[in-house]
Amino acid sequence: MKRARSVGAIVLYAVLLAMTVVMIYPFVWSLTASFKTVQQIYNGNPLDLIPNPFTFANYRRVLTLLPFGRFLANSLLLSTVGPAVSIIVASLAAYAFARLQFRGRDTVFMLLLGVMMLPGHVTLIPRYALMRVFGWINSYKALIIPSIFGASLVFKIFFMRQSFLAIPKELEEAALIDGCSQYGVWWHIMMPNSKPALATLAIIGFKTEWNSFLWPNVVINDFMKMPIQVGLTYLQSNAQSSWDLLMAGATIAIVPVIVIFICFQRYFMAGALTSGLGGR
Amino acid sequence: MERTASGVTVTGAKRRAAVRRELTAWSFVVPALVGLIIFVYGPLVYSLFISFTSWDLLTPARWTGLSNYARAFRDDTFIRCMSNTVFFVISIVPSGIVLAMAMAIALNRRGRGTGFFRAAFYMPSITSTVAVGLVWLWIFNPDKGVINSLLKLVGVRGLPQWLESVIWAKPALSLMRVWQVSGYYMIMYLTGLQNIPKELYEAAEIDGATWWQQIRHITVPLLSNITVFATIMLTIESFNLFEAIYVMTEGRPGGSTNTILYYIYTQAFERYRMGYASAMAWMLFAILFVITIIQFRARNKREEAGY
Repeated sequence: MKRARSVGAIVLYAVLLAMTVVMIYPFVWSLTASFKTVQQIYNGNPLDLIPNPFTFANYRRVLTLLPFGRFLANSLLLSTVGPAVSIIVASLAAYAFARLQFRGRDTVFMLLLGVMMLPGHVTLIPRYALMRVFGWINSYKALIIPSIFGASLVFKIFFMRQSFLAIPKELEEAALIDGCSQYGVWWHIMMPNSKPALATLAIIGFKTEWNSFLWPNVVINDFMKMPIQVGLTYLQSNAQSSWDLLMAGATIAIVPVIVIFICFQRYFMAGALTSGLGGR
Repeated sequence: MERTASGVTVTGAKRRAAVRRELTAWSFVVPALVGLIIFVYGPLVYSLFISFTSWDLLTPARWTGLSNYARAFRDDTFIRCMSNTVFFVISIVPSGIVLAMAMAIALNRRGRGTGFFRAAFYMPSITSTVAVGLVWLWIFNPDKGVINSLLKLVGVRGLPQWLESVIWAKPALSLMRVWQVSGYYMIMYLTGLQNIPKELYEAAEIDGATWWQQIRHITVPLLSNITVFATIMLTIESFNLFEAIYVMTEGRPGGSTNTILYYIYTQAFERYRMGYASAMAWMLFAILFVITIIQFRARNKREEAGY
């Protein structure tokens, strides 16, 4: 019995290790290939993972071909400002739904629920038309502001509401008696007591916006405003099959999210654990 | 709020306080609500309107009634895209769900390396499809790519041309998507597994149930809620396959990987047929809506049947 168990455990570990190789290989390959010469990339040996010679030339050429530094800065702007504003707006509404009484509350709540089920593609065209009407095409406004309001905002409202509901009422009652306004309660009591939830939303928001492509691709074609994912597709059409350059570009686009993931793993997991809808 | 609970008409001061309370509460909701009206509800209504018109963004929209919808049924490309998309859904959803569940069951323990394995399996789902799409484009490269290099090594002849072959392009994309998404659903299953009482397994063990019997009769049925939820989400996600197509095939070869969303995109932003694209977007939405309802219904039926 015991021996059967340990044999089972060894088999399990072997399978898990094999799976790990499959899951991680593409990342390892793109990272290492980005430091290889194009000749080495084309040698057709998938296990040849050590760059020899080791070169930064791919990155240098990518940076001269397209403004990748600018792409990164734009993506950073998009994936920090957008989620930050979105989280503030969402947690304001979440406070009202968690604690305050007002007429029409249930109607509004149902209305919000509807948005969560709505796939983004239905509003893609009219949103684009709206951006043209506003004169926002090729501006940071078009890049960031619509990303604040959508299914993900509603997800954030639900998520924050759950967190607020878990805070003991005595805390805010004491504050209200001390003359604190509702806004004060929200800012001084609810928000500080929801730090894990806020962190989770910030991390998920960063990832979502960093990876977003369809919307930025539609509203931005100016290199100076372009986020990294869109820039990467321009690299693809400029560098065709220069795999050395493409792997350097892909690595630049992937690495920041992976670094964030490694640092804040538990918040990523928490986000996926708590429901998921819109959480990607 | 004319009257208080006791039925006495309230004084002016009290009423003003009540109004102020209402206004304060609304002020919390208004930023979200106004934003959603401008960027979601408004566009939603507008989109329905556009779908009944012929519009190229530059000249005024012309009302054409249902003709955009009728046109879709006569459009061979639309029908082709529809069947391609259904292929993707049917190939991605079951394999993604089974893989996610299997990975979760294997990692639902405190053992050496568990955290590492979870992180490794989860990683593909947090990286951008555009970037990993480029990497997989290389992996599928018929001459030098990883897969064919390995196949060559074990002596396979007549190597598949993957993304360049009408037969293999779709399965290749499905494979890449399953690789990318299953880790995310694994995490969902892990929560579900943590909610299953250990006593159930202990009792089953005493009754002499094998490992497989325990999985079949305890684990899988008790995870069915998560399976329904995950299936719905993955179905929607797979119907909306776009970025992988944009980066990896652009619908080629010969339209064999063209999906509905990619077709909507090209019709709207390359051909400027906003009306037709909007009509197709609504048709896609209708399909997703019906499928979601059916899946929820199926779950409720099963619950009534005593699962």
